[in-house]
Amino acid sequence: MHAPNVQLDDRGHLKHFLTLDGLSRACLVEILDRTEGFLGVARQAVKKVPLCQGKTVANLFFETSTRTRTTFELAAKRLSADVLNLNIATSSTSKGETLLDTLRNLEAMHVDMFVVRHAESGSAHFIAQHASPHVCVINAGDGRHSHPTQGMLDMFTIRRHKGDFTKLRVAIVGDILHSRVARSQLAALRTLGAGEVRIIAPRTLLPAEPESLGARVFHDLREGVRDADVIIMLRLQRERMRGAMLPSEHEYYRLFGLTEERLATAKPDAIVMHPGPINRGVEMDSQVADGPRSVILEQVSNGIAVRMAVMSLCMGTQNRRGRG
Amino acid sequence: MVENSRISIRHGRLIDPANGIDGLLDLHIAEGRVLAVGDAPAGFTPDRVLDANDQVVCPGLVDLCARLREPGQEHKGTIASETAAAAAAGITTLCCPPDTWPVIDTPAVAQLISQTAERVGRARVVPAGALTQGLDGQQISEMVALSQAGCAVMSQADRPILNTLVLRRAMEYAATFGLAVFLRPQDPFLRDNGCAHEGQVSARLGLPGIPAAAETVALARDLALAEQTGARVHFRGLSCARSLEMLAEAKQRHIAVTADVGVHQLFLTEEDLEGFDSQCHLDPPLRTAADRAALRDAVRDGLVTAVCSDHQPHEADAKLAPFPGTAPGMAALETLLPLMLRLVAKDLLDLPTAIARLTSGPAAILGLPLGDLATGRVADICVFDPQARWRVGPDAWLSQGRNTPFLGARMKGRARWTLLGGRVVHEYPSRAHHE
Repeated sequence: MHAPNVQLDDRGHLKHFLTLDGLSRACLVEILDRTEGFLGVARQAVKKVPLCQGKTVANLFFETSTRTRTTFELAAKRLSADVLNLNIATSSTSKGETLLDTLRNLEAMHVDMFVVRHAESGSAHFIAQHASPHVCVINAGDGRHSHPTQGMLDMFTIRRHKGDFTKLRVAIVGDILHSRVARSQLAALRTLGAGEVRIIAPRTLLPAEPESLGARVFHDLREGVRDADVIIMLRLQRERMRGAMLPSEHEYYRLFGLTEERLATAKPDAIVMHPGPINRGVEMDSQVADGPRSVILEQVSNGIAVRMAVMSLCMGTQNRRGRG
Repeated sequence: MVENSRISIRHGRLIDPANGIDGLLDLHIAEGRVLAVGDAPAGFTPDRVLDANDQVVCPGLVDLCARLREPGQEHKGTIASETAAAAAAGITTLCCPPDTWPVIDTPAVAQLISQTAERVGRARVVPAGALTQGLDGQQISEMVALSQAGCAVMSQADRPILNTLVLRRAMEYAATFGLAVFLRPQDPFLRDNGCAHEGQVSARLGLPGIPAAAETVALARDLALAEQTGARVHFRGLSCARSLEMLAEAKQRHIAVTADVGVHQLFLTEEDLEGFDSQCHLDPPLRTAADRAALRDAVRDGLVTAVCSDHQPHEADAKLAPFPGTAPGMAALETLLPLMLRLVAKDLLDLPTAIARLTSGPAAILGLPLGDLATGRVADICVFDPQARWRVGPDAWLSQGRNTPFLGARMKGRARWTLLGGRVVHEYPSRAHHE
């Protein structure tokens, strides 16, 4: 009873971008290659290309976000699209009908692309399944499930620094259980054939059967980052202290916070990544965050180019479909 | 009067598991009861003869858990709509859990339900009385009054009883009056906001998980109290392999416990959540293939003596949202029999055993004189065509709830005639439905 991959059209082209799970290696590499081409746009005097001219993109954020929404907005604008920003705070009643009604209303305004962030896993799939056939849906984060553009910008950043994935040892540290970013990274690393992927966290922040995500599990940070080429730190949500998942931020930092000293076991040229925003003194100390191995700000710049690549790819598929 | 008509059902394969009957035998009905099996008594002249050639004749099915949604949620279903669906599915008795609105914790609500069902006249509806007032898990209900108003069993529906002392008292009080207690074991803290089995699929899809321990922890507690109190406890909707081991152990210790499973648990697994199909959002959640295999074994071996529909009709909007935000449950009356027949077709159990799990097994749990065809029994009968093929879809579906993961699926086996107290309440017009 497996559902067909709703993000691909019948010729296997991306029409929505919902999850990295199930996408082919060729598809991921195409996105990475296309991103290279868009990196230069930001350095031009006129930071625009006309690929999505005349198209309307709606940023539909049911969860607050500044960074992701801003980079999607910039990406759309640099593709010459018109952008509509809607911040719809999720209230307990704004489920089901409300979400569909919101969609229908926007479709009536002839929006071509929805960029959606929502607190519930599967929401991007839901919207893609119910949107009109001409509309593209880009997942900007759904619950704990997926944040595929973040996953791809991380892969892009890794590839620029390290090249071949098959030789890499990648360590992901922190709240894997609740992290859509980690799920997207793990899916991409599996598909791209990363040499070894490790996840490092206490059991309370790991999902059931974590090895099934294609990673080795560590509970000790020093051991986990030993000889790593890439270290990805995840954001720790403050509310995790409440559900008895962690005793305190202090103890978390003491065990899982990244410091220069703990980095010592990693490869000398290891890079340190973080999807932001950083809790300094919780996930890592400032020395590391601002240090020579940190590529955190580069991730942000790459995020715009990756989003341009994904948006233009999906829009291209829909345009061909419209003509065909 | 139609009620008193004399009917002979001829040439069918009569399967009456409780009486060890499986053979080509006629069945004769008069005054709403089974008059004779085999040859008609001398001088018996039926008003109507049903030709059951190539059909199976068995007791009407008894479903231990079907939500009819009335009173309180008529936008999801009504007693009229859901009992019509039941009759078309060969089901003659439905036990409805007490989580209606208002809750079945007063004789008035119980009587309202049974009287409405009697007026509609398509199926027997046996209300389960609330074990605690308002199902709040704090104050035990007036069980004797409820029982006198027609509640065959006392149930906590899917609501938890956090206070173990209250649960102990509820069991003791029920045991005092010989009333069976229906519980669905689930620890609400371990369940938390989960919406899928905690395992590989929920890990990958990022769906909040419900661990197997949410069931086994509650089951361990409830079994200990069943042993302590001697109450007759029935566990509704078990979903985990480990739960079955615990149940088997309790039975070995002669604790008076029984259990049922929802029929869909014998087919679907966590893998069906791929793509976030909200029709597969169920509670208890769909678990692993290993759990499914253990549940099938338990049904075959008789550790689990009843299979039910766990029917939960919903309006379309209840399933139109991102997966975690949708209402759990599926409409399932009309797929109960064909899914059981699919197990038979897969050689996982024989037809008489399959029928026993749908008739005499659940009837014994309810403690009602139903589910068999002994002479003098009320003539609740299902005549079904085991070869009839049909496809699940709006044309072949009477429940108001269209929420089923089997939409579009091919089914084999369908009720041709359903008799309730000797009266034909469902008749499939012809055999033209053979594809």
